[in-house]
Amino acid sequence: MKILVCISKTPDTTAKIAFTDNNTKFAEAGVQWILNPYDEWYALVRAIELKEADASTTIHLVTVGGADADPIIRKALALGGDEAIRINTEPTESYLVAAQIAEVAKGYDLILLGKETIDYNGSAVGGMLAELLDAPYVTNATSLQIAGSTATIKREIEGGEETLETTLPLVVGCQKGMAEARIPNMRGIMAARTKPLKVVEANNVEAFTKYTEFQLPPAKAGVKLVSADNVEELVRLLHEEARVF
Amino acid sequence: MSVLIFVDQLDGHIKKASHEALTYGAKIAEQTGVTAEAVVVGAVTEDLAALGKHGVKKVYHVQHDNLKAFDSQVYTKVIAQVAEQSGAKVIVFSNNSSGKALAPRVAVRLKAGLVSGATALPDTANGFTVRKNVFSGKAFATVAITTDVKVISLNVNAYTILTGEGTAEVVPFTATVDAPTMKTIDSTKTSGKVALTEADVVVSAGRGLKGPENWKMVEELAEELGAALACSRPVADAHWRPHNEHVGQTGVAIAPNLYIAIGISGAIQHLAGVNRSKTIVVINKDAEAPFFKAADYGIVGDAFDIIPKITAAVKKVKGH
Ligand SMILES: Cc1cc2nc3c(=O)[nH]c(=O)nc-3n(C[C@H](O)[C@H](O)[C@H](O)COP(=O)(O)OP(=O)(O)OC[C@H]3O[C@@H](n4cnc5c(N)ncnc54)[C@H](O)[C@@H]3O)c2cc1C
Repeated sequence: MKILVCISKTPDTTAKIAFTDNNTKFAEAGVQWILNPYDEWYALVRAIELKEADASTTIHLVTVGGADADPIIRKALALGGDEAIRINTEPTESYLVAAQIAEVAKGYDLILLGKETIDYNGSAVGGMLAELLDAPYVTNATSLQIAGSTATIKREIEGGEETLETTLPLVVGCQKGMAEARIPNMRGIMAARTKPLKVVEANNVEAFTKYTEFQLPPAKAGVKLVSADNVEELVRLLHEEARVF
Repeated sequence: MSVLIFVDQLDGHIKKASHEALTYGAKIAEQTGVTAEAVVVGAVTEDLAALGKHGVKKVYHVQHDNLKAFDSQVYTKVIAQVAEQSGAKVIVFSNNSSGKALAPRVAVRLKAGLVSGATALPDTANGFTVRKNVFSGKAFATVAITTDVKVISLNVNAYTILTGEGTAEVVPFTATVDAPTMKTIDSTKTSGKVALTEADVVVSAGRGLKGPENWKMVEELAEELGAALACSRPVADAHWRPHNEHVGQTGVAIAPNLYIAIGISGAIQHLAGVNRSKTIVVINKDAEAPFFKAADYGIVGDAFDIIPKITAAVKKVKGH
């Protein structure tokens, strides 16, 4: 089976969120970059598990980005990808990213990615890619089993879970439940250094949207503390002042 | 020309998030001087004409044997046909499980720009820009859509449902429907009566509860408030609670009216998923817990002592 895992780089979860250039750009100075957790913990690790169960499986990685994405690609290779493709352009919006990936995504049996990135929270690349490839797509997936060309997938829905059956090729957006996060071992890190990382030039794709401005949420007014001896007062405030129940 | 709203349903019942999307879509239609129309796929038990009370004038109802299971590939082609018939310039989805699968596909099919996770009405005075959450709720962005047709998915609990007078005309729509590739073989309810993402009130607990055996008091409070349950990541990782209750930057993002955090320290990754809640209450024995900085109300004290008292006080206020 040929698996493609789409990965992206995101600011570390503790990164300070601030903006520059008149609030039009994320302030990257001093920010640590990580592999998007949904891509790493769930999509990539599930791909590795499938390969462990069937050694003939290959895992290719793809990202859209500049050379500053190479460290996270090496990390994904250290965890267990076989080779990687970087499409050399700035990932400015979902459609542009999906359209670039679609160019290299033909011929795979299974395409896995995180359900969203933790920076732009688009949850859009997977669905767009599936439409561009005219393939089935399941997102918010918590489990994926493959038997021959049949896939059995669980997906989370409002207040419940559905089990679906479909056929490959297929695109799956992964979330918690899909796999358990791993850390790369020394052998993986060494091997990653020499695994192929192919850089390809981007196609000319027109972006459909543009981020024009960023804003931080207004600061909270401050907490109103109630004494532990006066729990009824808290409940009164919630009922009469905040009117939330 | 129209604004077309996709109405999501489960087992024939229209989801609350769709009532939000209908209200939101109808407002966009009013703002841009076009009509609001809706599309419903599959059999429903509810009266579709009544959706007119949110401001939609027409409801296209598509029914077909091939549409029984949710299949984003098949549904997309159907919605695109309705969009064309309706002359849709803006198509609105809810940013929920169905919308996340459909909105990106429909956008590609119609060569439309997509903004997912919108939190406010678009600004149409000068171009077309939409405000959305980014960095898991730590910031907002304004995004311009530059295509002729636009797709927006509206965050759940981000827009207040308005109910007025009005009935919609219900039009059966005959679409060309592909054979499905997806088969639903099972479906289970995982949470209590209230779905976490749609809940008005969420009661959440963390490692401060010490172990899964102590969740009974949390469940009792939730029951009394008609609330959904949530938890912090280590609690789900340790299997004290099911993973679908894990909220935060790497779990579920929620925006209820009331979020009660019990024995949760308020790490930045946790806050990211819950800080859009309208009112936040924190119960923590450590006065220095970072969560208090993000809270509206708080009690410094022992959860084991305080939670049963809150439950009792809520009972009293509710008059039983
Ligand atoms: C990449 C990454 C992603 C992450 N994503 C998430 C995420 O999505 N969601 C998430 O929740 N976390 C996430 N985390 C983990 C996060 O950093 C914190 O470790 C986690 O939120 C802490 O959980 P907690 O508050 O339950 O536990 P703790 O931090 O251990 O806090 C327990 C709290 O309970 C209080 N307490 C103890 N006993 C009592 C008592 N008797 N009564 C009242 N209070 C009591 C303590 O004072 C303390 O404040 C992530 C971490 C990383 C690195």
